[in-house]
Amino acid sequence: MRRTGLGIAVAVFATLGVIACGSSSRRSMVTLKGSDTMVILGQRWAESFMAAHPGAVIQVTGGGSGTGIAALINGTTDVCQSSRPMKDAERQQLQEKYGNPGTEILVARDGLTLYVHESNPLEALSIAQIKSVYTGEVTNWKALGGPDLPITVYGRENSSGTYEYFKEHVLGAADFAAAVQTLPGTAAVVNAVSMDPNGIGYGGAAYAKGVREVAVRKDEATPAVLPKEEFVRDGSYPISRGLFFYLRKAPEGGVQEFVSFVLSDSGQSVVTEVGYFPAR
Amino acid sequence: MNRPFPHAGLRPRGVGVGQRRREAIITFLLRVSAFTGVAGLLLIMVFVFMGALPVLVDPETQKEAGLAAFFATPLWQPVGDIPKYGLTPLLTGTLKVVIVAMLFAVPIGVLSAVFASEFAPPRLRELLKPAIEILAGIPSVVLGFFALIVTASWVQAVTGSVSRLNALNAGFALALGIVPVIFTVCEDALRAVPRSYREASLALGASRWQTAWSVTLPAAGAGVAAGILLGLARAVGETMIVLMASGNAALISASPLDSARTLSASIAAELAEVVVGSPHYSVLFFLGALLFVTTFIINVFAGLFIERLRQRLRGA
Repeated sequence: MRRTGLGIAVAVFATLGVIACGSSSRRSMVTLKGSDTMVILGQRWAESFMAAHPGAVIQVTGGGSGTGIAALINGTTDVCQSSRPMKDAERQQLQEKYGNPGTEILVARDGLTLYVHESNPLEALSIAQIKSVYTGEVTNWKALGGPDLPITVYGRENSSGTYEYFKEHVLGAADFAAAVQTLPGTAAVVNAVSMDPNGIGYGGAAYAKGVREVAVRKDEATPAVLPKEEFVRDGSYPISRGLFFYLRKAPEGGVQEFVSFVLSDSGQSVVTEVGYFPAR
Repeated sequence: MNRPFPHAGLRPRGVGVGQRRREAIITFLLRVSAFTGVAGLLLIMVFVFMGALPVLVDPETQKEAGLAAFFATPLWQPVGDIPKYGLTPLLTGTLKVVIVAMLFAVPIGVLSAVFASEFAPPRLRELLKPAIEILAGIPSVVLGFFALIVTASWVQAVTGSVSRLNALNAGFALALGIVPVIFTVCEDALRAVPRSYREASLALGASRWQTAWSVTLPAAGAGVAAGILLGLARAVGETMIVLMASGNAALISASPLDSARTLSASIAAELAEVVVGSPHYSVLFFLGALLFVTTFIINVFAGLFIERLRQRLRGA
């Protein structure tokens, strides 16, 4: 019995030793946390960066823009990925804790996309029509020029940056209808819409697989455009947004190397591959 | 012999100070581990109730979200220019999903336990029990994902419901999660019924089904009730399954074909981004406290039933 105990103890210490050595050799570890919309993007950047810089470790996790900003303020992440600009209250917290309101870096752009089922014949919607669907004024596709079918409305949870962006830029002061089904993550929204002929949902452009994107017009007088790179860039796509990195202070060391990679041509080509739009 | 410690004579010879000291250390370690659990429970209780307290005592929070506000509005819209904290849709949503889940899970759980303990040949039972216990081991997020992708389409195909994700779908998936709880406790209770009960019943000419239904099941009744209650407690608190399968629309509706938002799913979905100390934060903790108290009461009753079963079988 005693010998077994000794064996276990040796094994435990050996393991601890290995872990300790392992972590001490990983000096240039950078953590990214935040927007669920940007998780895939962050991971691709991390993969390309790590391939080019052996020994560097970039760790990417999601949780939502707000979660990431909270982590930045609490000091548990180096970089916060956010799909919305930081709020004044959050900047103030950073200012109080670190003497810097946070460094904002625009790393990509996203066209907030409306998805419908592939069988849905509807081509385009105006912002006002989208608003009427999400506030519950319109509950049948017929009112939008579609078939006589009820609309099932999908959206994101109120902890997501996408939710806040959509509320601010599409609904304005109005509230979401109670009937809006909220799902955790854009992938879940896309999944639900892809299986629901009556469904409509919103989320990042990169996720539109197995669903159809709807062209959006700002008002009745302007042409409807799809969330394509040129339209997002020239601002004619009405609901596009910036995707940001936030740092506690000006980038340095491993973080700076990573940020300059992200903003380089090869970093920005990753953005296009994933399905978003370059920052520059 | 009239010694004060009747078991002292059982101690093996040659026990020295070292042995005694080792025993003392072991007892100490066991005691520490036992109380760690209790301490954890107390800490969680304090944490949750402290977080919820502003709803009851802080006038600043109560302006936005006091007890009165919970029933003043039929809307749950905690993020917005004018936050609305109507609890009615969350309470009806929780109730709806739990009722559907219990309607599926109680008959399946209890009847499969009766089959396993009374009717199944031993080899089949050896297969059935681990299979159902593996079902208990499936992470609830996997059950939820299954419900989101697969059963939602079945439910819609069968019922023709407008929304794919609804209370029926969530209740069905939730039932998969709680059947093992009900099954395991009921099966144990049934197996604890003494053989003599069954033998007496069969000797009087009752069939196996009559014996199972009118003798064994009532004899184990308190245990079966405990199993059902433990399943109920799990159903009320279960989060990931309903978060993924119910659609989470905060509607006030009695129809199981409408989407439903539960208390637990609201906490899971919203707590990630609330500002610490804000009214929304306190309200979510209040919901947590509500769930805690509910499951606590259910568990206490389950415990009472189990105690009753024990006494009854001991008395026999």
